[in-house]
Amino acid sequence: MKLKKLILPALSFAMALFVSGLLVAFSDSKVLALKGQPISMLSKALSTAGGAYWALFRGSIFDPQLAEGHFFQGFYPFSETLVAASPLILTGLSVALAFRAGLFNIGAQGQFIAGAIGASWVGFTFDLPIVIHAVAAIAAAMLFAGLYGGFVGFLKARTGAHEVIVTIMLNYVAGYFLLWLLSTTAFLRPGRQDPLAPEVHQNARLPHLFGPNLRANLGFIIALLAAGAIWWLLNRSTWGFRFRAVGANAAASRTAGISVARVTTSVMFIAGALAGLGGAVQILGSEPAMTAGVGGSFGFDAITVALLGRATPIGTVFAALLFGALRAGGLTMQASTETPLDLVLVIQALVVLFIAAPALIKSLFRLKNVDAGETVASKGWNG
Amino acid sequence: MSIAEIRALSAPERRRKRGIITMAGLGSFALVIFGLLPKSGQPVTYSFVLGSEWVLAKEIIVNSKSGALLFSVIALLAVAMAALQFRGRKTIRLASGIFGASFLMSFLCWAAAGKFIPFTGLLQGALFLSVPLIFGAMAGVLSERSGVINIAIEGQLLAGAFMSGVLASLTQNKIAGLLIAPFAGMAISWLLAIFAIKYGIDQVVLGFVLNVLVIGLTNFLYKRLLIPYQSTWNSGGTFAPIEIPLLSKIPVIGPIFFAQSIIVYLMYVAVIVIHIALFKSKWGLRTRSVGEHPTAAESVGIDVNKIRFRNVLIAGAVAGLGGAFFTLGAVGSFSKEMTAGKGFIALAALIFGRWSPLGAVAAALIFGFADNLQGLLTITGTPIPSEFMLMAPYVATIIAVSGFVGKVRAPAADGVAYKRGGGSH
Repeated sequence: MKLKKLILPALSFAMALFVSGLLVAFSDSKVLALKGQPISMLSKALSTAGGAYWALFRGSIFDPQLAEGHFFQGFYPFSETLVAASPLILTGLSVALAFRAGLFNIGAQGQFIAGAIGASWVGFTFDLPIVIHAVAAIAAAMLFAGLYGGFVGFLKARTGAHEVIVTIMLNYVAGYFLLWLLSTTAFLRPGRQDPLAPEVHQNARLPHLFGPNLRANLGFIIALLAAGAIWWLLNRSTWGFRFRAVGANAAASRTAGISVARVTTSVMFIAGALAGLGGAVQILGSEPAMTAGVGGSFGFDAITVALLGRATPIGTVFAALLFGALRAGGLTMQASTETPLDLVLVIQALVVLFIAAPALIKSLFRLKNVDAGETVASKGWNG
Repeated sequence: MSIAEIRALSAPERRRKRGIITMAGLGSFALVIFGLLPKSGQPVTYSFVLGSEWVLAKEIIVNSKSGALLFSVIALLAVAMAALQFRGRKTIRLASGIFGASFLMSFLCWAAAGKFIPFTGLLQGALFLSVPLIFGAMAGVLSERSGVINIAIEGQLLAGAFMSGVLASLTQNKIAGLLIAPFAGMAISWLLAIFAIKYGIDQVVLGFVLNVLVIGLTNFLYKRLLIPYQSTWNSGGTFAPIEIPLLSKIPVIGPIFFAQSIIVYLMYVAVIVIHIALFKSKWGLRTRSVGEHPTAAESVGIDVNKIRFRNVLIAGAVAGLGGAFFTLGAVGSFSKEMTAGKGFIALAALIFGRWSPLGAVAAALIFGFADNLQGLLTITGTPIPSEFMLMAPYVATIIAVSGFVGKVRAPAADGVAYKRGGGSH
């Protein structure tokens, strides 16, 4: 039964890889130059796409070349996948949790930035003992980002302002605010003109998991723990029941005596705190000096991650690992085969598009009796 | 007003009251911060271009302190006017407009103390920056008035920019580029329509994913083809401005509105046609009815999903045309993610303008003005960090949707998929 649930995501991923493969092959000048010779053109196309995908694998899972001297080092790419996936798991959880309560949190990007600001500030300003410093930085990150997200929930509960609009706008506000902060004396590294914050102190950094040569760090464990906590919250706690009830039917929940306003505000607070934790993991784990680009696209990718993971904590972890792998592998692919990293965006968008339209995949492959699962849905502007 | 009377206020009246209180707060803020606090005034030079020739400029020099004081007092008078109109149960739109303009002038006097403000150029630049916003907001109006949320404006703009730039370059014909742009936007909105209307997928999710898809595709092709083969793939060039005889000679207004490229004139046409068609034609009535109450529309024989499908396609065409402005109207070649979130600001303008074409145009002009003013003040130097100026449209939108400025309501069935004969699901 469980396996059947995987058929649809697997086929969607295969379809996305296939379509992207066509894109890689037929935008290549060497392939295009063979116009008129269909057979050699096809074989060149296959080798071009194959080469790109092989590089994607080498960059995300295992690299035989790196393993030659020291076998364990061959897993360096997998460690990079974990580094990329850790913040993604957390931002993905943020979006997924909001989805379950019927809210669409497009604001993980801004909340991630708020968290990164908090972690960075505590990380370089104070001098605290080991462990305590990291905990303090993480707490600050979660508080800042939680308030940033909770504000959205509060506005929605009090005035009906739609969370999609408010979060889109707050993403920009956070981006510009960070840019401004990095120009102030409090955040600009002494002696620098470019927007770059001081590095967080050693005591606040997250320790590496597999020795100093592999960058995978405690952030991954933190992300897994958070996923476990959200699973417990959603499936085993009274609050989680309320969240899901409001997500399923707000009017009925209200009638049943659940305070929808309180649920909205607290869900957005927790969602913000999760995304902020992602920012903290990024700063304390792999990017100790904050730049204006710290947010990357963690918050935006989080939406595709949550959609691919069907808004469940376990699904989100696997989806984030997949996208983390694409991200890490995409860099190798770009470096060694001159296939632009942006292909990863295309793959991600296509996967989600295919997943979101089970009817399309089903008709393409003539599938019957395949569990499509629940589709994630928010409501219109007035919902 | 007694407490009982306040309680008796209807919801829109309460919002209007909140709006007046907000304006009163902002007006007093302007009076104190811009007008009273600065110790001494400095001259602000405004220059106005009178004809189409830039040489014919007239300069007006204002003392910053007295200018700021004057305009903040006018702003406060406008608040009083709004309060009187409110008592008389009339709309406060005119007073709000006067308030907005004078608040802005007061700010400008304060921020530009001792500086030179090329006023005509400022407005001209504002219009320039508003063009893609207006096209995008019109695409939003067309789609959302019929009940389909269009978050994919960004993607439609970007697709239009990419295709128009590439085709104009490949054919060395800018007209060909301009003609393909609507079809590029339409391709994206076709996906939006198929998935949203046929498969009933959540429209916000869908629009978001389509944006990612277009960003990914254009970035990929840009690096793969447009950078290495720039001379063939990415050298489309720009349209030259066309001066309209007589109209372009009107002082101040002429050079701003009537010495523009063909894309801007197409924008004027699009706005006027959409405004009139939406409120005066059969098509408009049907569009609004399927957006507000699809079940009722169907009961009188209107094919809801057909109207929605068609409208989403037209919306894509309009946004795609707006995308051409980035390449053929402004820069002359395509660059990576050149729409830079303008699609989202267009969405904000749509909401700020309460889903009405003219309201959205006004909002887009304000956002374009803020953007351009920010650019100008960054060069001349201001008391406010430019990042905060850049935040302004976004903060304004949050305030607007929170109901502090007035009631903002989307079409009732916006974003809700419709199944024949069975109401919404």
